[in-house]
Amino acid sequence: MKELIMKEIDDLIINSLGIVAFISFFVGGVISIQTALNLENPLIPKSLIGFATRQSIILEFAPTFMSIIMAGKVGSFITSSIGSMRVTEQIDALEVMGINSLNYLVFPKIIAMLFYPFIIAIAMFLGIFGGFLAGVYGGFTTAADFTQGLQDTFYPFHLVYAFIKTFFFGMILATVPSWQGFYMKGGALEVGKASTNSFVWTSIIIILTNYIITQLLLS
Amino acid sequence: MIKVDNITKSFGADEVLKGISATFEKGKTNLIIGRSGSGKTVMLKCMIGLFTTNSGEIFFEDQAISKMDIEAQRTLREDIGMLFQGGALFDSMNIEDNVMFPLRMFSNDKRSEMLKRVNEVLKRVDLENVNHKFPSEISGGMKKRVSIARAIVNNPKYLFCDEPNSGLDPKTATVIDLLIQEITKENNITTVVVTHDMNSVMEIGEKIVFLKNGTLVWQGSNQEIFKTDNEDVTDFVYSSDLFKKIRDIQIKEH
Repeated sequence: MKELIMKEIDDLIINSLGIVAFISFFVGGVISIQTALNLENPLIPKSLIGFATRQSIILEFAPTFMSIIMAGKVGSFITSSIGSMRVTEQIDALEVMGINSLNYLVFPKIIAMLFYPFIIAIAMFLGIFGGFLAGVYGGFTTAADFTQGLQDTFYPFHLVYAFIKTFFFGMILATVPSWQGFYMKGGALEVGKASTNSFVWTSIIIILTNYIITQLLLS
Repeated sequence: MIKVDNITKSFGADEVLKGISATFEKGKTNLIIGRSGSGKTVMLKCMIGLFTTNSGEIFFEDQAISKMDIEAQRTLREDIGMLFQGGALFDSMNIEDNVMFPLRMFSNDKRSEMLKRVNEVLKRVDLENVNHKFPSEISGGMKKRVSIARAIVNNPKYLFCDEPNSGLDPKTATVIDLLIQEITKENNITTVVVTHDMNSVMEIGEKIVFLKNGTLVWQGSNQEIFKTDNEDVTDFVYSSDLFKKIRDIQIKEH
């Protein structure tokens, strides 16, 4: 089981770092530029660029929208890999050997996704860093203003809130696609359909969970 | 010895098995044959526990499955080897790990001992130097051999094969059939093979059960199947031109 968990951590977490880093960095940069371009009133301080980037990245972009992106990457991978096993009778082979196939296939994924907040922490850092570079080196603000904005009215609970929902999203990302793959019926075409369904349902559940957690923790 | 006693199985309103009773003998290759949709694979899946029967009983050496506790069922599963139609090898593992998989699940042997056993069974199925290849890198016939190796690595008492030579060329199919028969004799195990291939019937059919629309309509050996007057069986056996010609020649000779 230890080998399986390590393999899942590699497949689901380590292999996602590249796309997460790329998207976070550039989306952070775009948030910074968009905020700067919309600051037309000279009375509004330039530090707002850093503030808006931080709030957008920590509260919503990194935990929620990165999870939607991961529903496409990790979710489809989980559904198609388990679905292919179903179609090619590999799950039946496990059952015949007396192995609890659901436990064998899904449990390591759930454990691996406990490391999901690690990815989101990296997304937060790189998003803000990308915003900093785009803002400062794009000539929209100064390093001092951006840094002041980052520190302005910072509530540590926002990080706690972000990581609480990240934990829930991680569990959704492990279980919903597994369920879609494990209980699928049919052939290769249905594996594709199950992957699409997996993305749709995972996204819907993440968005609803996001709404409920936000209502419970921040309102 | 495996005995099925009046088993039925339905999927919704569709009754696939309609009260089948049969005995599958130890040390023999027992064949379940019939046309597509006759219930062969469903019957096999009921026997290995992938499907639950609606009624009736399945006995492994006089032990009824339904009366076994979970531990007894787990022990029984250790004694079952299964060759799936497509091989069902684990794509993410190489051949060595695929064959070693049941040993890792059910034994506490050291890796070196397990590897020794893996190499023994791979050699037995005439496969060597493929340990580190992946299933996608070997041919269909080799996949079947690996699947047989995985099925017998634990020295099972019961071997189940679901259409073992489907998708194979006639020569490879014969090799796989004979391998199954040899393993059955060597290890004195109960082997049940689902097939609709008449070549398999002729080669290895020591005990044959013929199904039609979920009912058992005939049973006998590969010698008796050519002599029976049962219309359903003769329709099946002589559906190929080759067998029709053989029958015509035999009639002329007599």
